[in-house]
Amino acid sequence: MDFAFTQEQEELRREARAFLEANPEAPLSELRELGWLGVSVPEERGGGGLSFLDEAILFEEAGRALYSGPFLTTAVVLPALPEVDEQAWSIEVDGFVPDLLHVDRVLTEEMRSVPAEGETLATMDETRPLGRLTSSDGEALDGEWEPVRLRLLAALALEAVGIAQRALELGIAYVSEREQFGKKIGTYQAVAHPLADTYVETELARSLAYWAAFSVAEDEEQAPVAVPAAKAFCAETAVAACERSIQVHGGIGFTWEHPLHRYYKRAQWLDAFGGHAAVQRAVVAAALLD
Amino acid sequence: MDLRDTPAEAAFRAELRAWIEENLTDEVRRGRFEEAGRDWSRKLYEGGYAGLTWPKEYGGAGAPYSHQAIFLEEMARAEAPSHLGVIGLGMAGPTIIAHGTEEQKQARLDAILSTEEIWCQGFSEPGAGSDLAAVRTSAIEDGDHFVVNGQKVWSSFAHIADWCILVTRSDPDSQSHAGLTYLIVNMHSPGVEVRPLRQITGEAEFNEIFFTDVKVPVENVLGEVGGGWAVAMTTLLHERGTLGFALTAALEAQIRKLIALAKERGATDVQRDAIAREWIGLQAVRYTTYRSLTTLIKTGIPGPEGSGAKLWWSEANQRVTKLALELLGPEAQVIGDNGYWQHQQLRSRGNTIEAGTSEILRNIIAERVLGLPRSR
Repeated sequence: MDFAFTQEQEELRREARAFLEANPEAPLSELRELGWLGVSVPEERGGGGLSFLDEAILFEEAGRALYSGPFLTTAVVLPALPEVDEQAWSIEVDGFVPDLLHVDRVLTEEMRSVPAEGETLATMDETRPLGRLTSSDGEALDGEWEPVRLRLLAALALEAVGIAQRALELGIAYVSEREQFGKKIGTYQAVAHPLADTYVETELARSLAYWAAFSVAEDEEQAPVAVPAAKAFCAETAVAACERSIQVHGGIGFTWEHPLHRYYKRAQWLDAFGGHAAVQRAVVAAALLD
Repeated sequence: MDLRDTPAEAAFRAELRAWIEENLTDEVRRGRFEEAGRDWSRKLYEGGYAGLTWPKEYGGAGAPYSHQAIFLEEMARAEAPSHLGVIGLGMAGPTIIAHGTEEQKQARLDAILSTEEIWCQGFSEPGAGSDLAAVRTSAIEDGDHFVVNGQKVWSSFAHIADWCILVTRSDPDSQSHAGLTYLIVNMHSPGVEVRPLRQITGEAEFNEIFFTDVKVPVENVLGEVGGGWAVAMTTLLHERGTLGFALTAALEAQIRKLIALAKERGATDVQRDAIAREWIGLQAVRYTTYRSLTTLIKTGIPGPEGSGAKLWWSEANQRVTKLALELLGPEAQVIGDNGYWQHQQLRSRGNTIEAGTSEILRNIIAERVLGLPRSR
């Protein structure tokens, strides 16, 4: 049992964090130049020949930086293609397509590759609008939807961990500076304890997300349960982390100018896309009880 | 990253399972707490499973922490009784190894491993619970011994214990962390009186200990006179450090029973959701403990992420036991064959109080892990 990333993987995390902090709105092409697309696709199909665990680090860091390009969907689709291509991809789930306007093609649940044409809807998370396809006609791809779905849900869980982590960091920084009644507000237990809870839940969520990523990477038997378990817990943790952070920020946390609302909306986006936590838990419950 | 057993871990697990299969009879499972416990503890010692992570020079197996984790997992899976010497093995022993003189190690460690001597802990007092530094039990030096007076509370095993790890105030003019001395006290000394403390479940798992002019030889000081606080912290580090695996294992056994109950009685959609939630939480605690363990193996210090395990577990166990009563329906009030869930539900209220209240644990996380400004 070895539950740690390798030194190379930790190095990748440092690189990703530094790059995304400096360039949170970098175009997808720059991420491709960094070798971040097709990471887990075998080299003979044009990929990086690494593991989904390496990709996991990138999903988490993209979440932490609130990266807004179609990185997650493209990375999730590429292993399903015969060969890694240069296009930006999205994915249709329950009739919704994230970032429809910013991608070239869309993979549907019927495993069809469809041109990205359709309407974009006004979405609560403005940084990742949902769209609807005009037509789901397209060329059929070989392979099954299930591995794509598991990669997608695991990636959403990992991104949620990044969101929760950032919300926690923002909360810690604020309560360590802000003073009321002559004291730093972080000295008050009513303020500190919710952040302690966020820390505990974020670490639990992280463990589940890595477990899910490992299960996907190694094609483990438990993947169909581990992945929805992680998606449920991580998305709810991200939402709660943002809510607590908004609360300890007081009025400023409720404003448009503060970045927290963007994290909060992304967290809710992650919970909704692919099925809310209760939907994921129903899958887990069926595996345990039926 | 590889979350599967290494070949060495798999071999240890297989060997342990075979040993349990052979030794854990129904007689042991159903036996009365004390006699059966002594028997089982001796078997564990003879099997080489007592003090797995203790250094070999002190009679331990010198095994890696991962083996201790596997040991606890397999014991919980087999629903084995707990070792009678948990305080000796998990707290007193490691503290003696860290702070004891060679004479103290020679005199005490072997008997801890074999459970010939049972230990209890004298830390909390009626006026010093979460605020351990407020202890008032006095130890006044008088020639070659200390004279101890005072009262301790919440001491498991005190009614059968041979020895006690005792935190005392040796300097009557001192306050707080200074002036404390850590003593090893023979529970058979004149002036030691143990009274059982009947708790919410009706049983007496804990005791009060009264010390009246108890003479403790000076050679039984652990660490320095006046340096008891640092020694006590070593004990608590061990209490909380190895707790993660034991708690995960206990919660797994509990949730397995919960699932069996739900299958037998049926569950509503809301209850199914709650069961899934608890099972997911269990996996989260398990893998977080593994993550902390990996850091411990690589650096010698457990990772900070493990600090939330007890906090999460205690609240989860309270929810799980309540959920079980709910599955029993109106029958929940009726104590059936063994009253397992009724007992467990009441007992679970202690989980957020013992071994550090949830409030203290949140303070520790806020101040030491998150680095928030200190409240005191």
